Amino acid sequence: MKRRMQSKGLINLMYVPAVLLFALFIFYPFVQGIRVSFTDWNGYSQNYNWVGFDKYKMMFSDKNVWITIKNTIIYGFGSTFFQNILGLAYALFLDSRIRGKGLVRTIVYLPVIISPLIMGYIWYFFFQYDGGAVNDAIGLFGLAPVDWLSKGPVAVWLITFVNTYQYMGTAMIIYLAGLQSIPKDYYEAASIDGAGGWTKFRSVMLPLLMPSITINILINIIGGLKLFDVIVAMTNGGPGYASSSISTMMYNLYFARQDAGYAAALGNTMFVMIAIVSLLALFYLKRKEVKM
Amino acid sequence: MRKFLHGLKYAVLLFIAFLHVIPFYVLINMALKLPTETTSKWRFPVHVSWDNFANAWREADLSRAIFNNVFITASAVALVVIVGALASYPLARHQSRLNTIIYTVSVACLIVPALTILVPLYKFIVDLGGINTYWAAILTQVTFALPMTIFLYTGFINTVPRELDEAGLIDGSSRLGIFFRIILPLLKPITATVIIIMGVQIWNDYQFSIFFLQKVQVQTIPVALSQFISQFSNQLNWVAAGCLIGMMPMTVVYLFLQKYFIKGMADGAIKG
Repeated sequence: MKRRMQSKGLINLMYVPAVLLFALFIFYPFVQGIRVSFTDWNGYSQNYNWVGFDKYKMMFSDKNVWITIKNTIIYGFGSTFFQNILGLAYALFLDSRIRGKGLVRTIVYLPVIISPLIMGYIWYFFFQYDGGAVNDAIGLFGLAPVDWLSKGPVAVWLITFVNTYQYMGTAMIIYLAGLQSIPKDYYEAASIDGAGGWTKFRSVMLPLLMPSITINILINIIGGLKLFDVIVAMTNGGPGYASSSISTMMYNLYFARQDAGYAAALGNTMFVMIAIVSLLALFYLKRKEVKM
Repeated sequence: MRKFLHGLKYAVLLFIAFLHVIPFYVLINMALKLPTETTSKWRFPVHVSWDNFANAWREADLSRAIFNNVFITASAVALVVIVGALASYPLARHQSRLNTIIYTVSVACLIVPALTILVPLYKFIVDLGGINTYWAAILTQVTFALPMTIFLYTGFINTVPRELDEAGLIDGSSRLGIFFRIILPLLKPITATVIIIMGVQIWNDYQFSIFFLQKVQVQTIPVALSQFISQFSNQLNWVAAGCLIGMMPMTVVYLFLQKYFIKGMADGAIKG
């Protein structure tokens, strides 16, 4: 018995390396970040002053922060919406008996494994003003070239589109797996009860897909709210902060404007924001899953 | 009518495939075109030239970058598998209050966007003398890959019957012995998933690498490309060639192992 107790406690040693890494590279910096956000530290000098809540107050009156938060929400929820709709549509289509669907699945999923930075550059070639592929194409119809990326709101939706194009493959694969796990007799039973196509979709398929929907929405929200690489490649957050996300803005504040205190304050705010959104989404979707 | 629907299905299938290939078609066109040829990006080059590839390879020091990427990704993935699998066993099997807290906190780290702690993390790595070193890049990658890894491993271990552990205990094995002899061999499928998901994430990482790997000698592909592109922003044909080279290694691996990539992703989502 004693030996058993000992070995039970001893197995906890197995997670010590993981806990150490978390402590060093996540918790310690996290606590330091709270400290830094109350200072006017510039990121490299030895001297700094305590400024209390100044940096947080600054955020509320900073127009760019509000634009950035709005953009981040579009990146997060916009991508989530489109990725799920398209991913589900593709999954439904490719779940039917059709030859060549394997090839299409491979093509649609390919962008997922490519660096988002490279994906951003590829699409930059489409939306650039001079000789961009899109302007060339609309030129054929006699339309004047458009400076797509220099208009903030347009750029934000284009970046959302690129992120959707890149990661809808993930949603598609997860929905395909979900669809294939639904027993075929369920549909037959529904048919016998006189259910039509739409009723079958709504009352049989959707509820049983709920776990896939949950995981997709969570992955996409978290991914979208963190968006960084694609933006750097396409607009670098510009013009000004018009298409920046919280991630690119922080990068900018720290390295270009050398306002580490402000960057840390923004980081903490973003942390709280994403944590709340993700937890709410998780609880809401989990409750729905059980109810259905 | 049925024939028509059937035909329509294939038309849609073809259209989807076509739509998704367009970006790569344009990229390849650009990469093969001499900078002097200023025809539309939609048009295939009149003279196919490989010069852009040579220039990008040389100027972005891509051979070095590919080596760095392979080294950092392989080390980080190996470490995350070892540290993650080890940590998950007690967290899944020995659910004391402390362990439940540790599990919850480590999975909660999934939600934390790494960039929110960027400022202090960067400072900490500077203080440790870790800027431009492999070890700092590897350890930070491992740390941020761990929450997902632990989540996947504990989920999988929970599906392994406890009777197996008990049989081992009765046979007189220690807990560690049970882990290495009984549990570890069963973890193969989920380990494949972890390697694929984390391998892609670490291979493509730009957010951390741009901070911790600033010197040319240690740069990974995304960092090297971004520097190259800011330097040669007027040579878009070189940039296109650089992008193609940069995406090639992972694309080749994916095309050969796509069954595992897709299965890995699906398994990971379903176990979660």
